Amino acid sequence: MKYISTMVLPIAVVGIIIYGLRQREKVFDVFLNGAKQGIEVSIRIIPSIIGIMVAIGVFKASGALDIFTKILNPVTSSLGIPSEVTSLALMRPISGSASLGIVSQTVNEYGPDSKIGKIASAIMGCTETTFYTVAIYFGSVGIKNIRYVLPIALLADLLAVIVVCNIIR
Amino acid sequence: MLNYIWAGMIIIGFIISLFTGRIEHTVNALLDSAQDGVRLVISLLGIMCFWCGIMEIANASGMVEKLTKFIKPVSRILFKNVPENHPALSSIFMNISANILGLGNASTPLGLKAMEDLQKINKDKNTASDDMCMFVLLNTASLQIIPTSIIAIRAAAGSSNPTDIIVYIWLGSVTACLFSIILCKVLSKKRK
Repeated sequence: MKYISTMVLPIAVVGIIIYGLRQREKVFDVFLNGAKQGIEVSIRIIPSIIGIMVAIGVFKASGALDIFTKILNPVTSSLGIPSEVTSLALMRPISGSASLGIVSQTVNEYGPDSKIGKIASAIMGCTETTFYTVAIYFGSVGIKNIRYVLPIALLADLLAVIVVCNIIR
Repeated sequence: MLNYIWAGMIIIGFIISLFTGRIEHTVNALLDSAQDGVRLVISLLGIMCFWCGIMEIANASGMVEKLTKFIKPVSRILFKNVPENHPALSSIFMNISANILGLGNASTPLGLKAMEDLQKINKDKNTASDDMCMFVLLNTASLQIIPTSIIAIRAAAGSSNPTDIIVYIWLGSVTACLFSIILCKVLSKKRK
């Protein structure tokens, strides 16, 4: 499993560059265009990251987070979800930048290669910011009645979290 | 919703800190966290830029179109109500291809176009059609070949192997995706 994971990045990068060359692209020029966009996006998210990390920091330092996860513990532990990632699992469908902040803190606190660090990383990567996606897509065409979409999406998110928590050693 | 959550976390946090006697600790956390926020973004900047650059090459060379042709045959199972060769199918699968390739900026406009196309063949303009439900659910499943931001965070935190969680992420998102597809099909049959 580790070998597959490690090979994905080199194959993707080399593959894409070769494909671009075959299509006779000026690959480095195109790369620079894309990289410039990357900078713009990153700078644009700084305010929301700062706001969220302050909120999380305050919530955590005050002990409020401990109380909150203790209340949820009976449910989360029966599903195999470690209490250290409960706040991430809950925030993930709500806000992408909040989740980014929480993951970063968790990974730095427990170490990126620890079990908790890996679980947190996997939770972040295997689901989307559900509420935002649903709102933007249905909102764009003015649909009010979204039927079963939200419950299914959230259950799917939960399932992904449970799977990931239980398969990572 | 995020407004209330954000406000709530800060207000409740400070109130509780009075009870737990950690008010000073909490104030320090506020100051430190603000710095951590900036540090986080800066630490991710390099890898994100690199990846955006690579993705631009993929985008410009037409990889999205290629992948779309590859996965389009699946549309007969997933999107029964859309007539064959309808433009909606192209938009839908371009959006999904872009998501799989990690092209977030490209996929959103494609997704919005897909919703417009689906709305045109939607019988009840205020209610989501079965195809719209399927489409949005596929989008919330986060199928991605390379989950870049996670790898970037792990690398910045000094992981000895930032990419080793990729397969786990695939397993999680594929499970969620299959679950959504199955439930969506079941619930849309019930309506009929």
